Amino acid sequence: MPGLEDLYREIILDHYKNPRNEGTFPAPPAIKAEGHNPLCGDELTVYLILDGDVIKDIHITGQGCSISRSSASLMSVAVKGKTLTEVDRLLKIFKSMMSISTNASGEPEASEPIEYSERELGELIALQGVVKFPVRIKCATLSWNTLVQALEDRAS
Amino acid sequence: MERMNTPTTATPLNVTEIRKNFPIFSHQNGKALYFLDSAASSQKPLSVLQAMDNYYSTTHANVHRGVYHIAEHATELYEGARVKIGRFIGAPNPARETIFTKNATESLNLLSTCLTRGMLKKGDVVVLTEMEHHANLVPWLIAKEQFGIEIRYIKVDSEGYLALDNIDELLSGAKVLSVTLASNVLGTLPPMARLAELAHEHGAIVIGDGAQYVPHMVTDVTDLGVDFLAFTGHKMLGPTGIGVLWGKSELLEALPPFMGGGDMITDVTLDGFTPNELPWKFEAGTPPIAEAIGLGAAVDYLQNLGMQSVREHEIKLLSYAFETLESNFGKNIVIHGPRNIQDRGGVISFDFRDIHPHDISQILDQSGVCVRAGHHCAKPLMRHLGIAATARASFHIYNEPADVDALVDALGKAQAFFG
Repeated sequence: MPGLEDLYREIILDHYKNPRNEGTFPAPPAIKAEGHNPLCGDELTVYLILDGDVIKDIHITGQGCSISRSSASLMSVAVKGKTLTEVDRLLKIFKSMMSISTNASGEPEASEPIEYSERELGELIALQGVVKFPVRIKCATLSWNTLVQALEDRAS
Repeated sequence: MERMNTPTTATPLNVTEIRKNFPIFSHQNGKALYFLDSAASSQKPLSVLQAMDNYYSTTHANVHRGVYHIAEHATELYEGARVKIGRFIGAPNPARETIFTKNATESLNLLSTCLTRGMLKKGDVVVLTEMEHHANLVPWLIAKEQFGIEIRYIKVDSEGYLALDNIDELLSGAKVLSVTLASNVLGTLPPMARLAELAHEHGAIVIGDGAQYVPHMVTDVTDLGVDFLAFTGHKMLGPTGIGVLWGKSELLEALPPFMGGGDMITDVTLDGFTPNELPWKFEAGTPPIAEAIGLGAAVDYLQNLGMQSVREHEIKLLSYAFETLESNFGKNIVIHGPRNIQDRGGVISFDFRDIHPHDISQILDQSGVCVRAGHHCAKPLMRHLGIAATARASFHIYNEPADVDALVDALGKAQAFFG
């Protein structure tokens, strides 16, 4: 059995106890999307402020377990100030690390592993151990899926 | 009235011996298994597994059809299980009134579907409670959406009891009262006999959701005063895939059939059909034969122990758990539901510090302690409690104080870990 230290890395506990970019923005002008995990009741709302092609600012509120909350916090740090192209690349890397990828209709499908360096992932690598706890993968991906939702809502 | 309040007279359970009958406890490769999630699904004794295995190995054939000997024997076993299970809940006419379904959820869906098809009119009132499992909630919400029934709710008070001060008002003009007999989150045991009496005075049909009650209590449908009782096999030592709906003969006769197909008819023409007699009228297609036989064996096992003994064992464990959890963690643990142990079933839902239930159950798992974390398929109740999720420990006959001690130790580790 994988140990707890695989799951609850120090960075994760830090982001759980001191979440970054927590809060709301008036929407509009911010783009807002709500995500929830119907299996466990975790909920979060992502607020994005875009400047052209760049995520100028991001706030997140919600409730959930340490993995979903810390993943949201880590994501907010990772995407803030990035272009949408860079964010898309990060999303693909993150999902690849979680051993899942999604097709056009959002259904999981077997993924071609993506080549990436640990440097690209930065602190997100702390969530690597989640893969060893399959039921928690949904916790870690909730914020990313909600971010995708926000960007899609904007596009439509 | 309910027999659960009768004084202690039953033989105490011998848990050491009982555990030897459950293969799962000796198949853990030396790892500890503190199984505290029987409210989600119980473990199975060897006798249940053997009953199903023997049936498949020696007797399997379809029921109610063949004229050859193993088919006749299969039918005898299947119908024998029905009678045994019906008697277990005190059914006055077990052979006719005990209907096999897939689970309690299907039993309740059968009722909501057949009642709206055959008895209820648009605007008719169905009374539920705020603490229902989704299984006794969503079928009625579907009926509301599709047939236009009206739903009223009995509220839950701050101590976890049903708020019955306005019960007459709620039942006024109601056609159905459908209530859990034991809350899967709070443990609350509503005063069913009294509620049924009141509902009947108002002319309503009374449905009990016994999913969390029948596995743990002396159950007598006449004492409970219900017209229908839904429960499931897998929470009472039986296999998955088998549930029961008991109903009063005259009401079952009056209802239209549920699903159509083989076995539920006496005649079919190209223009119409004649439904079968009870109980087969409600059992379309090949039923879960082995599962029914397995549930029959589970009922034998429980009856051999005595349901009064089962209940008293559970009360002892609940008392010990309340004491131990609160003496170890004081205000850091909040246990939901009634404080009086006699008023609750064998579930303990709790908040522990501000640690999310998922994280609690993950850390507990490292110590081999299995608890449920989540909304327990009772989202409206969770909203009422103002929380998203709880952790829940629940008991059955194979649990012992050592399981509670393991829970306390593991919670101590969670406390240390999350500081």
